[in-house]
Amino acid sequence: MAEVKLQNISVKYDKFTAVEDFSLTVKDGECFTILGPSPCGKTTVLRAICGFEKLADGEIFIDNKLVSSKRKKLQIAPEKRNIGVVFQDYAVWPHKTAFENIYYPLKKKKVEKKEAIKSTNDVLEQMKMANYTNRFPSQLSGGQQQRIALARALVSSNKLMLLDEPLCNLDANLREEMRFEIKELQRKNAITIIYVTHDQDDALVISDRVAVMDSKGKIRQVGKPEEIYKNPIDSYVYKFLGLSNFIELEKKSGKFYIKSTKYVFPYNIPNDVQDEECLFLACRPLNVKLCNTGEIKCTVKRVIYLGNIFEYRVMLGENEVRVQQDAYDASQGIIYQKGDICGIKFNELRYYNDVGEV
Amino acid sequence: MDQVVLKNVTKAFVTKAFGSVTAINKINLNIKEGECFSFLGPSGCGKTTTLRLIAGFEDLTNGEIWIGDKPMSIRNKNYYLPPENRGLGMVFQAFAVWPHLNVFENVAFPLRILKMNKNDILEKTNEALKHTNLFGLGKKFPSELSGGQQQRIALARAIITHPKVLLLDEPLSNLDPKLREIMRFEIKDLQRKFNFTIIYVTHDQTEAMALSDRILVMDMGNVQQIDTPVNMYKNPANKFVYGFLGRSNFVKVEISNGKVYPYGTRGKEIKCNIPADFNEDTAFLATRPNEIKFTKDGFKTEIKKRVFLTDYKEYRVDIGGQEIRINTITDPGYKEGDTCEVTLNNIKWYSTKGDISEKEREARKVI
Amino acid sequence: MKRPKFEFTIGNLLFTFSIIILVITVALPMIMIIYNTFFYKLAFNWRMFGAVIFQKENIGAMYNTIKISLLVTVFGSAIGLFFAWLVGRSDIPLKGMMKTLFTIPYMFPPFIGAMAWQLLLLPRSGYINKFFISLFGSPIFNINSIAGIVFVEICYYFPFVFIQVSSALERMDPTLEESARIAGAKQMTVIRKITLPLVVPAIASGAMLILISSLSHFGVPAILGFSNNIFTLPTKIYEVIYKSAGSFEGIRQGTALSVLLVFVVIAALALQRRVLKFGHYEIIKGKSMRPMLVKLRRMKAPLLIVSILFLFLVVVLPLFIIFGVGCLKAWGLPLVLKNMTLNNFKYVLFASQMARDSIKNSFLLSISAATINMFVGTMVAYVIVKVKIKGKGLLEVLSVLPYSVPGIVLAIGVILMWSGAFKINLYNTIWIILFAYVGRYMTFSMKSASASLGQVHNSLEEASRSCGATHLESLIDITLPLIRPGMVASFFLVFLPAMRELTTSLLLYGPFTRTMGVAIYTIHEEGNTVQATALASVAITIIIMGNLVLRYITRERRGNQ
Repeated sequence: MAEVKLQNISVKYDKFTAVEDFSLTVKDGECFTILGPSPCGKTTVLRAICGFEKLADGEIFIDNKLVSSKRKKLQIAPEKRNIGVVFQDYAVWPHKTAFENIYYPLKKKKVEKKEAIKSTNDVLEQMKMANYTNRFPSQLSGGQQQRIALARALVSSNKLMLLDEPLCNLDANLREEMRFEIKELQRKNAITIIYVTHDQDDALVISDRVAVMDSKGKIRQVGKPEEIYKNPIDSYVYKFLGLSNFIELEKKSGKFYIKSTKYVFPYNIPNDVQDEECLFLACRPLNVKLCNTGEIKCTVKRVIYLGNIFEYRVMLGENEVRVQQDAYDASQGIIYQKGDICGIKFNELRYYNDVGEV
Repeated sequence: MDQVVLKNVTKAFVTKAFGSVTAINKINLNIKEGECFSFLGPSGCGKTTTLRLIAGFEDLTNGEIWIGDKPMSIRNKNYYLPPENRGLGMVFQAFAVWPHLNVFENVAFPLRILKMNKNDILEKTNEALKHTNLFGLGKKFPSELSGGQQQRIALARAIITHPKVLLLDEPLSNLDPKLREIMRFEIKDLQRKFNFTIIYVTHDQTEAMALSDRILVMDMGNVQQIDTPVNMYKNPANKFVYGFLGRSNFVKVEISNGKVYPYGTRGKEIKCNIPADFNEDTAFLATRPNEIKFTKDGFKTEIKKRVFLTDYKEYRVDIGGQEIRINTITDPGYKEGDTCEVTLNNIKWYSTKGDISEKEREARKVI
Repeated sequence: MKRPKFEFTIGNLLFTFSIIILVITVALPMIMIIYNTFFYKLAFNWRMFGAVIFQKENIGAMYNTIKISLLVTVFGSAIGLFFAWLVGRSDIPLKGMMKTLFTIPYMFPPFIGAMAWQLLLLPRSGYINKFFISLFGSPIFNINSIAGIVFVEICYYFPFVFIQVSSALERMDPTLEESARIAGAKQMTVIRKITLPLVVPAIASGAMLILISSLSHFGVPAILGFSNNIFTLPTKIYEVIYKSAGSFEGIRQGTALSVLLVFVVIAALALQRRVLKFGHYEIIKGKSMRPMLVKLRRMKAPLLIVSILFLFLVVVLPLFIIFGVGCLKAWGLPLVLKNMTLNNFKYVLFASQMARDSIKNSFLLSISAATINMFVGTMVAYVIVKVKIKGKGLLEVLSVLPYSVPGIVLAIGVILMWSGAFKINLYNTIWIILFAYVGRYMTFSMKSASASLGQVHNSLEEASRSCGATHLESLIDITLPLIRPGMVASFFLVFLPAMRELTTSLLLYGPFTRTMGVAIYTIHEEGNTVQATALASVAITIIIMGNLVLRYITRERRGNQ
C-alpha cells in the first residue's frame, strides 16, 4: 500500500505542454481513477508517476518518498519505484511464456528461486490461468493476455499498481467481467491502484474515488463515484457521466419560459442561477416521465425499443428531449406511439449556465 | 411482396487445415419489400458470409437466392449472376471510399458506369449529397473528412441508383458511440424516404433492436430465430438468443414432486409455475435483471454485493449457490449482508440438453 | 542526488559511438571528394571542374547515362507492373513458381548476366548469332550496344517494380474493388478506374528505385560498352582513373565526374520525393479477406506461355549458359557433352592462386562487413527509433547518405581519405575495401534494423523497466531477443550484395586483395572466357545458397510471430 502525491506537476514535450499545474493525492490502499476524454493528458500523468516522463515543474511523492522533482533535479528511475504497470496494449513479451512473463519481476527483485516459483504459480491460480503457464502470448486470447499483464504487475509491486486503459481492446462482455476481477484483486491484495480511462463505466464501477478531467487537462471534480454522479459540480461533469438532456430557458417579462415554447417553467429555480444570460435545465433521461396529464405537452418523434429500456425522442418546441423508461415498468403502464401528444414531467433537475462542453 | 428470398442456402469453405467447413447451414428466409432486416450474431457466426452471398462476392454451395422475381444464384442450374449485374447498393464496414477520387466522383461513380449524360449525373449526385448532409463537400477528398462523413459518402454512393435492396455490413462499428446513434437515425430516415429494403449485419444487439423491423439471430452458421425485436425479446427461442439480446440470469434448477429447487439443493423452493409442456427434470430459468423485484414472500436470500451502474443500481444475491443480478432504478438502499426476499418475474424455461459452454463455442468458431 | 552535466546513459553512449563511425565511413569520404574537386591547395577553384565536365566525351557519357536509365525505367516498370498484376489479381496458374523465379534476377549479379548475354549475342561468336549467321548470313543482334545495355539492365531491375506493386496489391483492401463491382463496374473497368490508380504510388516508388540504380550502375555498361567506346558516367569515371594509372590528375578528373554523377542522382532523388508525396493512399485492409481474381478465360493460355517464355529468357537461359560455358573445354566450341570438362572449375578452385585468393577475400570481406554493419546498423537504428536525443537528425541523414551515392563515387572518396591524407595509408590493403563496404551497405542494415525495431513497441521495454529492470537489462532481456531474427536477416542483406559486388573493389583492389567480382572481371577482360565463366558459376552458386538460407530464416520467424 502506498500513498501517491502529485504537487503542481507539469510535463512538456518540446514546445507542447501536455500537463500543467496538476495536483492530486491518492490515499493508501485506494482504487483511484483518472477519468477524462482522449486526449487530455491523463496518460501523461500516469507515465510521470511511473517515471517514464520528466517533470517540467512540480514534485511527485510515492509512499512519502520524493521520486520526481524539477527543482531538486531528481528523477528516480522507473525500476527503482516499486510499481506494477499494466499498459494499454498489455505489453506482454511475445518471446516469453506466460510463466516467464510473470516470473521476470521476481527475478529482478532477486527473490529466492523456490519462493519466486511459488509466488508465480499462486498468482496464476488467482487469475484462473493455471492451465496456461507454458503458453506463449500468441497462443492466448486478448482477455488471457490481459490477465497475464495484471498478474505480472501484481508480483512486481505490493504497493502500487498503475493501469492505463487496460480494457479498451476487449469486447463488452469481457470488459464487464474484467472490471469486477480488478476490483476483487484490489480488495484481496490491499494494494493502491491508479486507473486511467475515458470509459465512465469502468471508472464508476471500479473506483473508490474518481477524478474527472476535461480536455484541457484540468481536474473538474474529485469524489466517490455515486456522489459525483448524483452531485456533479458543473455541467461538464454532469454531461460526461451518463446520458443527459439540456433544455434552454429564457426570461421574458419576469417569468421563465422553456425556450421556443409557450410554456412557463413550473419548477422552482434556485436564486443563484436566476440572473444569468444563459440558463439551461439538465436532467437524466430516466428521470423524465411521459404521462397523460400535465401542463407541458410534447410530441413523440421516435420510439426506440432497446429490450430492457424504452426510449422516446420527444419534441418540446424545438428542443429534442430524450426519455428513457425501464421496459418492464413501461409494460405496466402506457407505451406511447410516434405522433402522440402527451404530458412531460421532470425529476431531479439541475440548472447550469452552459451545456457542458469544453 | 417478397423482395429477397433465400432457399436452403448452404455455404461450405474448403480450408487447408480443416478440410471442408460449413459456414452457413440451410438458411431459409423471405424478406419483404421495404423491410429493415438485420442479421445479428457473434463474430464468426456466418452473418457477413450470408450477406456476401446475396451480394454475389461468393457463390453458394447449395440452394437458391432470388431478388424480387429474378434469380441471382441457383446451384442446381449452375446459375450465377456476378455482383455488377445484381443492381444492389452496399455499404462496407471500413467505408471502402476511394481515396483517389473526390467526394463527387465517389458518389457519381455508379452513374458514370451507366453512361448517364452529364447533366443528369450532376443533378442526381447533388441530390444524393443533399440527402446525406454532404452537400458542398463535393470537391474534397475522403482523407480530408472525418469517419462519419466518409461513411456518408459510402451511403450516398450506395443509394444513388435507387436500388431496391441496400446491404450494410457492420457500417457503424468503426464510429464512436455518439456518432453511431446519429447515423442510425439517418439510415432509418433514408429508408423511410426511399422505401429501400435494408439488410443490416451487426453484432450489436442494441443497434439491431433499434433499427429493425425483423431480426435474424445466427450462431455458428445456423439460424436461431427470426422475429420482430419486441417478440424476440419477449419470447427468445432458446438460451443463446435470450443471452445474446441483453443482460440475463440463468439459474439451473431441478424439479422434484412438482416443486422447483436450485440445482443440487433441497432447501428453499423457488415459487414459480412450471409450463404445461415442460417435461424434463432439469431446466435453466432465464430472467432479466430489471424484471426481478424485491418483494415480500419471495425467495429468502441475502445481499452479496452492491454495484453502482449509472442508470441502474445492481444487487447480487445468491440462489442456491448461483449468483444472480438484480437491476433497480429506484434504490431500496440495501447494504451488503442485509437479508431480503426476491421474486423472479417473466421466467423463461429452457432445456439443459445441448447447452454449449463458452470454451466449446470458442473452439468451434469458423475461421 | 545531483545529475552530472553529460550523463553516461546508454542512449548517449550509443549516439556518440554511432556518429563517430558514420562520420569516418560515410561523411569524410564525401567531403574529400568535394574538396578535391573544388579546392586546389586550400583555394576554391571551380574552373577545373568546368573544364572536365564540358569535354565532349564526358557530355556524351552523361547523355548515354540518362538515355539508358530512362529507357530501362520505362520498360522495366511496364514489365514489372504487368507481371505484378498477372500474379496478384488474375487466375493464372503456376503462381508460386512464378513468384519464386521472379525473385532470382534480384540476386543475380547484373554484370555476370551481361557476360552471359555476351556469350549468346556477341556479334560474331555469340551462340545465337552464330546460329543466325549460319541461317541468314548476318547476326540478329549485337549485345555490345546501348540497346544491349538497356536490355540486360531491364532483366535485372524490373523486379523492383514487381515487388512493390505485388506488395501493394496484396495489402490493398479488397472492399475497394468490391464496392466498384457492386456499383455496376465490370472487371476490366474496376482495374482501369480503381486498382491501377491506387497502385500508382507503388509503381512510382519502384520506378524511382530502377532509375537511381541504373544511373549509378557500373557492371553492365562496363562489360558491354567498353569494346565499342560506349561510356556512361560511372564507366567513364573508371576509365579516367584507370588510364591515368592512379595519378593525381586522373583522380581529380574522376572526382569532378563523380560530383556530376551525384548531382544527377540527387536530381532523381528529388524527383522521387515529389512523386512519393503525390499520392500516399491508405489502402491497408482490416479483415483478412482474399480479393476476387479476374478470370482470364481465353487469354489464360497465351499469357501463361508469354510468362514462361519471359522467365526462361531472363532466368533460365543466362544460368544455363554460364554453367554450360563454364564446363567447355574452349570458348567457341558447340555446347555438347563431348566438349565438356571440369577442368575450368579445377583451375579456379584449386590451381589459380589469384582465383582462390579472390574467393577467400570475398568471404572475408563480406562476412566482416556484414557482421560490423549488423551491429552498427542496429545501434544506429536504435538511437534513431528509440532514443530521445538532440542531433538525431544528423544521424538519420548520415545513415541514408550511402544510398544516394553511387558505388564508384564512394570508392573514390575512400581512396582520397585513406591514401595518406590523414597520415594513414591503407591503399592496396584489404582494409580500404572493408571501410568502403561498411560505408556502402550501412543504409541496408540500418533500414532493416529500423523495421525490426519498429515492431518492438516502446511499451515492451517500459514494461520491463516497471518490473525492476534497468535500461541496459531491458535491452538485453527484451529488445535484443525480439530483434535477433531481424538482425540475422540484415546480416544477409549485406553479405549477399557484398559477395557479388564489382564496382567498389575494382577501384580499390591491390595485387593480393582481389574480390571474386574483380577476379571474374579481370579474367574476362584478359580473354579467358571459359575460366571467367567458371568462376562466375561458383559465385552464383554461393549467392543462391546464401539466399536459400536467408529465405529459411525469415520463414521461420514469420511462423513464430
